[in-house]
Amino acid sequence: MTALVGPTLEEAFEEDRRRAPAPRRGSARRGWLLPIWGWVVILWLSSPIIVMIVFGLNDGRGRVVSTKWNGLTLKWYAQLFDNADLTTALENSITIALLTTIIAVVLGTLMGVALGKFRFRGSGSVTLLLFANIAAPEVVLGAALLSLFLSANIPRGYGTILIAHVMFSLAYVVVTVRARMAGLDPAMEEAARDLGAGPFVTFFRVTLPIIMPGVLAGGLLAFALSIDDYIITSFNNGSTLTFPLYVYGASQRNGGGVPPQVNVMGTIIFAFGVLVALGGAVASRRKT
Amino acid sequence: MSALRIRRRLAPYALVLPGWLWLVIFFVVPTVSMLSVSTMTGNDLDGFKQTFHFSTYSDAWTQYHVQILRSLRYGLAATVICLVIAYPVAYWIAFRGGRYKSSLLFLLLLPFFVSFVIRTQSWQFMLSDHGMVIGLLRDLHLAGDHTQILQTSTAVVGGLVYNFLPFTVLPIYVALERVDPALLEAGSDLYANKATAFRKVVLPLSLPGVFAAVLLTFVPVASDYVNAQILGGSQTTMIGTVIQTEYFTNLNYPLAASLSFILMGVLLIGIFLYARLLGTDDVLEMAAR
Repeated sequence: MTALVGPTLEEAFEEDRRRAPAPRRGSARRGWLLPIWGWVVILWLSSPIIVMIVFGLNDGRGRVVSTKWNGLTLKWYAQLFDNADLTTALENSITIALLTTIIAVVLGTLMGVALGKFRFRGSGSVTLLLFANIAAPEVVLGAALLSLFLSANIPRGYGTILIAHVMFSLAYVVVTVRARMAGLDPAMEEAARDLGAGPFVTFFRVTLPIIMPGVLAGGLLAFALSIDDYIITSFNNGSTLTFPLYVYGASQRNGGGVPPQVNVMGTIIFAFGVLVALGGAVASRRKT
Repeated sequence: MSALRIRRRLAPYALVLPGWLWLVIFFVVPTVSMLSVSTMTGNDLDGFKQTFHFSTYSDAWTQYHVQILRSLRYGLAATVICLVIAYPVAYWIAFRGGRYKSSLLFLLLLPFFVSFVIRTQSWQFMLSDHGMVIGLLRDLHLAGDHTQILQTSTAVVGGLVYNFLPFTVLPIYVALERVDPALLEAGSDLYANKATAFRKVVLPLSLPGVFAAVLLTFVPVASDYVNAQILGGSQTTMIGTVIQTEYFTNLNYPLAASLSFILMGVLLIGIFLYARLLGTDDVLEMAAR
């Protein structure tokens, strides 16, 4: 039969591939404008980071970082916690970010699992709620929450900042978890149930380990959003300061100078974030 | 059996409920509460009463349309510049990145590991009158002794572009990454030159990414005021600053609330038109990346 029909389709393709010149990779090598553009943009994006790291090592006397280069020093690293207000602000930022992450991950994972796994009446309106929450401008989220706190006479401070941070990071956790749920084979859960596992055992022993990358990514996102937020926090902080609020306040006062420790703390947070991200990337590569 | 079925029915609601309540209490209710505040009259000392005073909205517009329009103008300018800068970068990483794709993306996202306020503050430091950028421009005789960058709209739009550029690159990258290179080959097999292949194949396929990028850039940029405050001057005030001042300095809550709604109204009209046209799921997915 095959002799009559000639080569099968696969064979024909194989033949074609053999005859054709090597795949056109030339175009990938030719252009040099794109790489230059790309690297210039990357360099530009990194320039404030370089300034931050370098000026954290700049010697000087004043209470604010000097605009001139006065020589290399590590003294701001040694005196990292000398500025009490700044230290408190940093502590607030870190604890709020941790608490936000925990609450948002628990609530967000439950929601993400429900939206990814079940079709139910009202799921569309929940999605719309999440969409509106992500799409609404930060000023409006902050101002609206402030209206509520003002009209309900709730004093603003640490607690209201935490409430606000969970409110704006929750939806991001839901979306990442739901995206991960989409890749989950329902047969896995069914198999667990057939083997006599209850819904809780199934969730903790089967579902959760599979969606863990999504949960971790959502948690990291919540932490990053929380520790970096300025606008929404500025509406709901009362007299409590977070790290971004402190830096902003310092940059607005007396001609815009921040204490040199700000650059050092920024550098440490930066290094920590990069290490966590790289560690995560290495871990996930090893697993696959 | 039926008890089990009921439990299965209720399961999704039980899972959604805690998070849903959080969003309703701290997002939906506040928004409605702000809507009601916006039509109240009164003052901080005697309290505010609901009088359905809708003319606050027109007052807000007459008083602050300059700042509202400026915010939209800066937002538009920054978004367009972001697109022009970001598209080639996203294209480069998606089609030429090879096995370094994730490393390049990581480098692009590096600024996110530094606080937004610190980054903006670093720019203030670099652009200041005695800073390194002006110094360099003077050495090159491109700037006179009195040239200023800070406090101009250039500095503000530049800062906005800088801060939000990664939000533009990512969705475009995601869309371009999904384009099958075989389609380009097919295009060239059909005698399309590179420009035609780009225009007819790559560009249309990347449009959803471009739309998402516009949305994810324009909304935060137009409502940002940190850049305007740190890098700008009195001539570059954006609407966010006005809302903040009305709340905290002038204690004029109705005016602040109505300004928030005008801003949200302008932005939401755009968003919902977008969502209607292209569906919300894509945007949510993009937003999560």
